Amino acid sequence: VQLGLTDDQEQLVSVFQTFFAKESPPDRVRGAEPLGFDAELWAKLGELGGPTMGVSEESGGAGASLLDLELVCEQFGAALAPVPLVDVLASARLLDAAGATGMEHLGSVAASPPAIAALALRPSIDGVARLVPAGAVAHMVVGLDDGELVAVVAPPDGEIRSPTNLGSGPIAHRSLRSGSRHVLATGARASGLAAVAVDEWRVLMAGALAGLATAALDLGVTYAKNRHQFGVPIGSFQSIARDLADAATAVEGARLLAREAAWAATEAPGEFTALAMMAFLFAARTAQQSAGTALHVHGGYGYMLEYDIQLYYRRAKAWPLAAGDPRRGVQHLADTLFGAVEEG
Amino acid sequence: MDFRLGAKSDAFREEVRSFIEEHVTDELIEQAHETGTMHDWDLHRALGERGWIAASWPIEYGGQGRDPYEITALKDELRLAGVPQDGIGNTMIVANTLRHVGTEEQKRRFLPPALAGDFIFALGYSEPDSGSDVAAAKTRAERDGEEWVINGQKMFTTLAHEAKYVFLLARTNVDVPKHKGLTTFIVPLDAPGVEIQPVHTVGGERTNITFYTDVRIPDDLRVGAVDGGWDVMTVALTFERGGTGLTEAHRMWERAVAWARATRRHGRAVIDDPLVRERLANMAIDNEVAKLLAYRVSWVAASGGLPGVEGSMHKLWYSERLNAAASDLLDMLAEDGVLSHGEPEAPVDGLVERTYRHAPVTTIYGGSNEVQRSIVAERGLGLPRSRR
Repeated sequence: VQLGLTDDQEQLVSVFQTFFAKESPPDRVRGAEPLGFDAELWAKLGELGGPTMGVSEESGGAGASLLDLELVCEQFGAALAPVPLVDVLASARLLDAAGATGMEHLGSVAASPPAIAALALRPSIDGVARLVPAGAVAHMVVGLDDGELVAVVAPPDGEIRSPTNLGSGPIAHRSLRSGSRHVLATGARASGLAAVAVDEWRVLMAGALAGLATAALDLGVTYAKNRHQFGVPIGSFQSIARDLADAATAVEGARLLAREAAWAATEAPGEFTALAMMAFLFAARTAQQSAGTALHVHGGYGYMLEYDIQLYYRRAKAWPLAAGDPRRGVQHLADTLFGAVEEG
Repeated sequence: MDFRLGAKSDAFREEVRSFIEEHVTDELIEQAHETGTMHDWDLHRALGERGWIAASWPIEYGGQGRDPYEITALKDELRLAGVPQDGIGNTMIVANTLRHVGTEEQKRRFLPPALAGDFIFALGYSEPDSGSDVAAAKTRAERDGEEWVINGQKMFTTLAHEAKYVFLLARTNVDVPKHKGLTTFIVPLDAPGVEIQPVHTVGGERTNITFYTDVRIPDDLRVGAVDGGWDVMTVALTFERGGTGLTEAHRMWERAVAWARATRRHGRAVIDDPLVRERLANMAIDNEVAKLLAYRVSWVAASGGLPGVEGSMHKLWYSERLNAAASDLLDMLAEDGVLSHGEPEAPVDGLVERTYRHAPVTTIYGGSNEVQRSIVAERGLGLPRSRR
């Protein structure tokens, strides 16, 4: 067991922590609403090599491990950065794995500013991928359409509307049959590649949610130390301390589980799919617990838009919902753990 | 990062498995549950013979110098086999304390036989009026020449009816603040004036109330300084929360999954029922988190740290989730869930029903979860000390 980070990983975390603290403070997050996209921030993240760091070196990326990406996503989530980092990290690796790296369209992911490739988390329905995260700002959507894994290039031209939504995210329906449509794989290979990409998305989202949960908890703890009622800091009341202690325990577990799942991608591949789903479901639950608790600790102020905790509260629920009903996720996990149910 | 216990631990795990196969019988486990005494002498001595009672200790102190991940493997396997092991737990709390604060003579006298499995210790902290506020102990120890005279009563002196000694917290000074007037002693349970009264619990385990009436013990059975008992307790309580691995919840999950695979209900395999699948999958997540929080405790210890907040987080998590899981799995067993172990129709051999009765104590003993939350809140999060 080694739960510490290497010097290189510490360095990586520090670089992105500093970057997001400087470039994505709460006023930038607010300023990017309601679309939830900050083009200038995205360009700067591109200069840092963020979007392509998970792509293999042969394909022009940095060849970072999924664990390295997960660590970066923790920092991304803590800052609620209004850029589609999780989606692009996952889709870039999918394009790479599908051998699509020579495509001029993928090349553009490494351009300045980088093109945005969104990942459709579910197969299309009648050619439409519904509510794709980053769909409203993506130049390309990668996903399953009628049994084929396709990359559809159709730069957003202003006509793609992002519906008003809980997490102020650039979600949108996207057609997988219009624009320039490239078939990357078919049949079992297509579904296999897509399944791995969604597993990786879950792990990276778990990291982002663990980061979000950590930052939300910090807001709640700081407030509880400074806010006085009845002449004492409210953090000295046991009912407040109890909820924060419970959230802190879950947050620690969520972070460990997200990291374990990312580690398993290369070190324990037989357990990867189960751990990816566990990490995602638990991080989602924990982010909601942490942000909900922290909001409540703020009292009436927590309900005001002016206080930052609401930014966390809304995204803690909205981000993971992109993958559907979590209880279906639990059934999916059961299929992995116990085998699928025979239809009879 | 590495989330494996490693080759050394895996090899030791194999050794432990063959030991269990050789020494742990169904009758042994059955006997423990029938009597409620979570200790078996043959097994305890066999563990002592192997050097596994204090396997983590340095070789010069009678241990085997095993690292925290080997200890995790040992505890995991004993836990998964459902082995009664309260005797080891109590004994090692006292042995660890003596190793750190005992006199050389006390170490020579008590440690080798304790590690060999010749006798076990019981813990005498709680009293009728002091549980979490353990420093409020009223049991008196008064000096009389070279002897101490003890009068009082201790609650939950588990295994006192099997133990040779009780590690006793007593008040030696009533004129100073409560933490400054305490002293700890090793009291022989066969001394005149000691009375042991059984107490039966909802979980089926037997514990005891012990009464002390003019019990006379020599001064060389005092541990630590006179009125220095709280310093000794600080050491002892740290050891009470240390040492982790898989918990009852992992065993219950494994057994429940096996039951669900082997059983049919409503015309289909139980494991195919979505309500069952959801429960077992959710429990797998909670157990994975419990395992990781336990690894974190071992990792901090292996890195030379003292896992205080980490230990509290693990204890909080596994005990709260064990209660939730036992309740949820009992619902899953539906009307058959109420059937107890021994009933031919009892699902999962009555293990879930018994765990449901046992689970509440896990949030109470070893420092109540309220105490653990204060540790997380104050030492972990830096919140102000709560109003008590």
